[in-house]
Amino acid sequence: MPPSDTDEAGPGGVGDRPPSEIPGAPKAPAPGDGGSGSAPNVVTEKGVATQKGEVPGGEQAAELPRGTAPGIRFEKVVKRFGSNVVLRELDFTVAPGERVTLIGPSGSGKTTILRLLMTLEKLDGGLIWIGDETLWHRERGGKRVPADQKHLHEMRKQVGMVFQQFNLFPNMNVLHNLTEGPVRVLGLSKDEAVERARGLLDMVGLTDKENAHPTQLSGGQQQRVAIARALAMQPKVLLLDEVTSALDPELVVGVQDLLRDIARQSDLTLLCVTHEMGFAKDISNRVLMFDQGQIVEEGPPDQIFGEPSEQRTRDFLQAVLAS
Amino acid sequence: MSDVLDSYPQWLDGAWVTVRLTLLGGALALVLALLFGMAGTSRHAWVRVLNRVYVEFFRGNATLVLLYWFFYALPLLGLRFTTLSAAVLALGLNVGAYGAEVVRGSINAVPKAQYEATVALNFTPFQRMRRVLLPQAFALMLPPFGNLLIELMKGTAIVSLVGLVDLTRVSKNIQGSTGQTVAAFSVVLVLYFIIAQVLQLFVRYAERRVDRMLGRRLPSEPSLETVAAGAPGTGVTG
Repeated sequence: MPPSDTDEAGPGGVGDRPPSEIPGAPKAPAPGDGGSGSAPNVVTEKGVATQKGEVPGGEQAAELPRGTAPGIRFEKVVKRFGSNVVLRELDFTVAPGERVTLIGPSGSGKTTILRLLMTLEKLDGGLIWIGDETLWHRERGGKRVPADQKHLHEMRKQVGMVFQQFNLFPNMNVLHNLTEGPVRVLGLSKDEAVERARGLLDMVGLTDKENAHPTQLSGGQQQRVAIARALAMQPKVLLLDEVTSALDPELVVGVQDLLRDIARQSDLTLLCVTHEMGFAKDISNRVLMFDQGQIVEEGPPDQIFGEPSEQRTRDFLQAVLAS
Repeated sequence: MSDVLDSYPQWLDGAWVTVRLTLLGGALALVLALLFGMAGTSRHAWVRVLNRVYVEFFRGNATLVLLYWFFYALPLLGLRFTTLSAAVLALGLNVGAYGAEVVRGSINAVPKAQYEATVALNFTPFQRMRRVLLPQAFALMLPPFGNLLIELMKGTAIVSLVGLVDLTRVSKNIQGSTGQTVAAFSVVLVLYFIIAQVLQLFVRYAERRVDRMLGRRLPSEPSLETVAAGAPGTGVTG
């Protein structure tokens, strides 16, 4: 298993950085650009290389990204679906290595935020920063122009996502699901990719299932494979979209425990949408309460779940707990 | 009847022409269907236009007219084909147009979540298609492809109108030479049916292979006998 001395946040103690008090408060262009944030191939003080392709021989410690997670910043982000404005000039910041949970009623725009970050939805207005680069725009001749496919491909290298419905590829077995991305996209050799995949399967407790077919696995097992598949690409930002909502109740805890371990042992920047308040409390440094595309309230989990200051939050939590 | 059966070398030659036309025309149709079907799912409008033009033109024309055109009209413009290649072109282009719609529909029917997973893993558009969408769409394509292949096989009968001696032509010839109308046309009826059944057998076999790849069946090798026996689970199960 990965080292256990990693509970503190990444280099420079960025995890302790107070979240911005007011969303969109004037700040440096991007979080994390003052330190180790964006330089490629950064080696942390613990000497663990975290960039692509460098899997130190068989040590599983290297599987979880450490030391280079970028921050995220939304700047006046607008997203519409037809005439329905889901996000209306939304501002918020996530520090490098921070773990943020988004809560709120259905249709409040939480999942849309993750989908924008994964480039599954197009941005209608504003800017999204990952590290010190904009996701949906690139610089050309000193101007900011809409990103092309090449830019999106570059930016997506940093981001991974786990879906509510797992979305494993049914035309591949478990091992193949895990190696396809590293081999085809990251250019790893077959052997390296298989080694990495086996390490991850070991971590998620499915060593004996590598030749199984996704349809032969339970929902919980499928979601573990999906988590391993996302981690095999060594992202620095991990997006979790209601990852336990589709699971049978007795399988939820196992997946949550796994994610909690991953969150603590890596310093991934984590954005998590969930309706499981206990899980949100466990996994995150900060909770954002959304309603109608706006942040109603934000703060550490203890405060949001313990003594929320907004009536809207209290109503929502009551409704969720009652269900 | 015996006169009709005694002419079996002619029947065999005719059947061979029919089978060859089916396989060559089918191969051409498959390539065109995949090419233009994928074009139909492109995010570039001009690529999708290519798909529309091809499909509408060749689907909207009688195969026989296409055949006449390749066989009689093009040579006058200086392009000369052998009878066989003119027939293969006409059949392949026509059936390929139907096939392109099958391919396009099948790719679009692969769940959007699969596409999203490929984006999340940062696949290039080509890799998305090649590694995930096309293999899964293939399972949906096979049954309609089976239909089209048999349609194409039956459609080969029109080549007898430009002088190729296929099964249909052979039956006419033998009917003429022996005078045994019922026997001659009964034999050709059975022969077409047998060829269709063999084709169907191969399509079923392919379906089972694809089902296995998608984890819809137990991982036991399907044999041609079990497929022929119509073993349960031949189609899509679960």
